Amino acid sequence: MSDTAEKVKKIVVEHLGVEEAKVTPEASFIDDLGADSLDTVELVMAFEEAFGVEIPDDAAEKITTVKDAIDYIEKQKGG
Amino acid sequence: MFQNGFAPRRVVVTGMGIACPLGLGIEHVWKRMLNAESGIGSIQSFDTSALPAKIAGQVPAGTKAEGGLDISEWIPVKDQKKMDRFIQLALVAAEEAVEDAGWRPEDEESRCRTGVMIGSGIGGLETIHEAATLAVQGKIKRISPFFIPSALINLASGQVSIRYGFKGPNHSVVTACATGVHALGDAARLIALGDADVMIAGGAEAAVCELGVAGFCAARALSTGFNDTPTKASRPWDEGRDGFVMGEGAGVMVLEEYEHAKARGAKIYAEVIGYGMSGDAYHITAPAEGHEGAYRAMKAALASAKVTPAEVQYVNAHGTSTPLGDDLELEAVERLWGDAGKGLAMSSTKSAVGHLLGAAGAVEGIFSILAIRDKVAPPTLNLEKPSRESVIDRVALHAQERKIEVALSNSFGFGGTNASIVFRAAP
Repeated sequence: MSDTAEKVKKIVVEHLGVEEAKVTPEASFIDDLGADSLDTVELVMAFEEAFGVEIPDDAAEKITTVKDAIDYIEKQKGG
Repeated sequence: MFQNGFAPRRVVVTGMGIACPLGLGIEHVWKRMLNAESGIGSIQSFDTSALPAKIAGQVPAGTKAEGGLDISEWIPVKDQKKMDRFIQLALVAAEEAVEDAGWRPEDEESRCRTGVMIGSGIGGLETIHEAATLAVQGKIKRISPFFIPSALINLASGQVSIRYGFKGPNHSVVTACATGVHALGDAARLIALGDADVMIAGGAEAAVCELGVAGFCAARALSTGFNDTPTKASRPWDEGRDGFVMGEGAGVMVLEEYEHAKARGAKIYAEVIGYGMSGDAYHITAPAEGHEGAYRAMKAALASAKVTPAEVQYVNAHGTSTPLGDDLELEAVERLWGDAGKGLAMSSTKSAVGHLLGAAGAVEGIFSILAIRDKVAPPTLNLEKPSRESVIDRVALHAQERKIEVALSNSFGFGGTNASIVFRAAP
């Protein structure tokens, strides 16, 4: 697992208060990890802070799973 | 409960919960209070070096078993950041009260007949401070999506309703330091009028933060002369008093329609028999001359309770330990009670826990009910030399056994808002 993936997972566990094992790449924040719409807003803010990236609202709306987040962040950092 | 002859439904108290500077749990707190212990200490939660007041009553840390607060025992970590401390304290006191009352209905109808009315004087002040700091630092986009729902006063009622599925009236009171009494009185009236059968009612406050202390300091309201001897600072009616001591906490009661409580075999602590309100129309922070607003609130409360002053054995005073307010309240009580004042015990439990602002009326309502239950008047700590003599026994220093059947509790707030509530021993 990449550093980004590890860090994303850690943030999700902390913010949503879920077990680590549940945070699989395919897991949906809302459907699988018990988040509501405000939780996802906060989560995206936590990603921005942790990775020093800007995630605009239209991009944030498309980040619905753990993998979406990892991919987006890696792309930003790579680019 | 009403003055106009309308026949309302009777309202009783079937559960009580408290988080205050003397700890958590009504029995633990009450035992310490009767033991003349103080919950006032030096503020450790932030730097007070630039502030003239450096002391407050804060809810002690510790486990539930010790009567202390470890918030993770009550609220999941994930949810803690969604609520300011005042809401957390409200949830703790509500949990205790609901548990005490044994009221956890599963059916939709009962849930729809159960409402919540928990108020606060100030609300999420520390949360607002944190968000404002981000704005000042140019980090406005870092403001949390939970900022507003964490700071809003009615979210205490909202969070309690969400936790238990109580779908009845969901309301909130904001009347500064009169909030607690207004919440209890208004909630009791909702039951009396038939809007609900059960109300979870009370007040919560957590304004012992930098902005809160600084604001009350600026208003010259706080004690500043006892920073080295914090337990001596709150001294209602004593000649050495120099302002109030801030406190934090929450008090919550389960109020219930009498027949409803009887039908389910609930334990009944007391009945809410009277409630009165008034406004001073005088000054933003100072009480009116002769505390005539307080006089009218108490008079209205006794009239609605259909009792005479002579039938009231205990008054839990607003008594904040301010130079002006304490003696004016005493004067109003003396005037209303007249000769009956000789048989009256009146104490200020703020001497032990400080002034819990919007939670004060709720926790003091609880103390009044426990005074009725145990036939004992809690003490006014530090009342060593009264600034003025009175026929009214102010229960100096030590608790007193008394035949208490009816008790009145006062709360007055900035803006000139006054409220009094009257309880009687369980029917």
